[in-house]
Amino acid sequence: MTFSPQLEARFAELLTHYPEGRQRGALIPMLMYAQDEVGAVTQELMEELAKRLGITTLQVDEVTGYYSMLHKKPQGKYHVQVCTNVACMLRGGAELYDHACKKLNLGHKQTAADGKFSLEEVECIGACSWAPAIQVNYDFHHEVTTGKLDEILEGLK
Amino acid sequence: MKLYNEPSPLETRVISKRFGTQNSWRVDTYLATGGMQAFKKACEMTQDQIIDEVKASSLRGRGGAGFPTGMKWSFVPRQSELPKYIVVNADESEPGTCKDRLLMEHDPIQMVEGILIAAKAVGASKGWVYIRGEYRYLIDHMDAVLKECYERNLLGKNILGTGFDFDLYTQTGAGAYECGEESALLESLEGKRGVPRIRPPFPAVSGAFQCPTVLNNVETFSTVPAILNGGGKWYADLGTPRNGGTRLVCLAGHVNKPGVYEVPLGMNMMYFLNEIGGGMLGGRKLKAIIPGGSSCPILSAEECDVAMDYDTMAKAGTMLGSGGMMVMDETTDMVKVALRIMRFYNHESCGWCIPCREGTTWLRKMLARIVDGNGAARDVDLIGDLAQSMLGRTFCPLGDAAALPTISLIKKWRPEFEAYVAKNPFASTELVQVA
Repeated sequence: MTFSPQLEARFAELLTHYPEGRQRGALIPMLMYAQDEVGAVTQELMEELAKRLGITTLQVDEVTGYYSMLHKKPQGKYHVQVCTNVACMLRGGAELYDHACKKLNLGHKQTAADGKFSLEEVECIGACSWAPAIQVNYDFHHEVTTGKLDEILEGLK
Repeated sequence: MKLYNEPSPLETRVISKRFGTQNSWRVDTYLATGGMQAFKKACEMTQDQIIDEVKASSLRGRGGAGFPTGMKWSFVPRQSELPKYIVVNADESEPGTCKDRLLMEHDPIQMVEGILIAAKAVGASKGWVYIRGEYRYLIDHMDAVLKECYERNLLGKNILGTGFDFDLYTQTGAGAYECGEESALLESLEGKRGVPRIRPPFPAVSGAFQCPTVLNNVETFSTVPAILNGGGKWYADLGTPRNGGTRLVCLAGHVNKPGVYEVPLGMNMMYFLNEIGGGMLGGRKLKAIIPGGSSCPILSAEECDVAMDYDTMAKAGTMLGSGGMMVMDETTDMVKVALRIMRFYNHESCGWCIPCREGTTWLRKMLARIVDGNGAARDVDLIGDLAQSMLGRTFCPLGDAAALPTISLIKKWRPEFEAYVAKNPFASTELVQVA
């Protein structure tokens, strides 16, 4: 499996961060950064990282299954994450999520057929004082109203 | 970098003093505003002197548990063949908490300096800043900050000519609340599932890669330079006895001016809410406050006239936790709050130990059937009993974190739960379908 030179450079740098013989420490960052490039944690990717770190594919698989941000299926080009945890709930997060469901015609963890959008109801994303908050891919949007959500989604090409 | 909310003139800005100023995250700005003086001071001190100064400040961990920081550092063995490490908990995931983000956005080198001082105090050579995966923008930002620190010799070999070497890296999480628990965080740092370790041994003796490790929250490290600059006593005197200094409080919910504010420990909660937070949204009546993240027992309006420090909050039966304060007005449905809190802990339970894995699942199911109108009369007691039986019976505090708010909700707002149940015509039947 081949990666971009930028990702290879990032991997090489990462592997220097850990004590001798403990390079497995790089597994989660490698999965996260590779997922961005590959689009999902594929079987091939898990096998490749297992080989590079000297662990089994099963060990990579059990780690992948544990973390909510690692996903084996591709998400939409724009992954819309609406927080409905307490701080957001108090400021209309649940209504915002319902609105997003209708607007995108998607449910929790669903991806549109054309692959443009996917939706997820997420737990606290750390924007509680500026609630309700959403993330589109890695970008935060604070104090989101239904109107503002429409604007954000319509602005994504 | 812009601030997300206006600061208040009533704040005591010790660790947030550079927030919102131009280029506050750059090395030049940091050095021009008194940065690295504390580290230089630390280099003239013995290890014991540094730890004693931190002890004198009565600084307690700002991540949630409130353990005295100086004491934590003193547990690291002096005579050890093993390398020693520093790990920064930047996994900020406790619902209601959004302060560590700001410390790393606006004044990341203050945290780096605090880490260097801790490293000096315990003789550590290497460290990681473990940042939750959702904060990718912040990981990229910290990578740029660390790069500049290396270029300007604030990190690396012979730091600022002091002869001290230290390496610091970022490490991304991948979405797991449990990794904010220190031993689960260390598992994750080693490339494993984030499940807690049995203790002892504590991280001070066997932490990252089984070596002695100091593990503190972002805010805790960020506070250390001010303590060395001003002296432990000066810092302690900002707060109340045994509860030194200031802390960042993340105000959220039904208030006019939600935001992150730095206040001295011991400030009255109602004063904070009204004078800094601008009072209740829409002039509505206060019903309840979650004082420090969703794992804290919830205070009813009558209990909120209380000083915000660790000891007073403990007396009031709750905690200052991670500083995530969520304010609820009279329109809030406390049964729905209970369900939303439990959905979170059930989702985040790592599954390692049974009381938490099964307990949060059953509590979520029972709360959901009450909200859905299928609750049985006996459910209210059963929820309280089940939550009670989880307390202290799990590997890590996640079980307690799920149980504590639930117990307080059932105890203080029982009629609301009963009102839901009363609407179910079959509430008294023994056989109730499980959701």
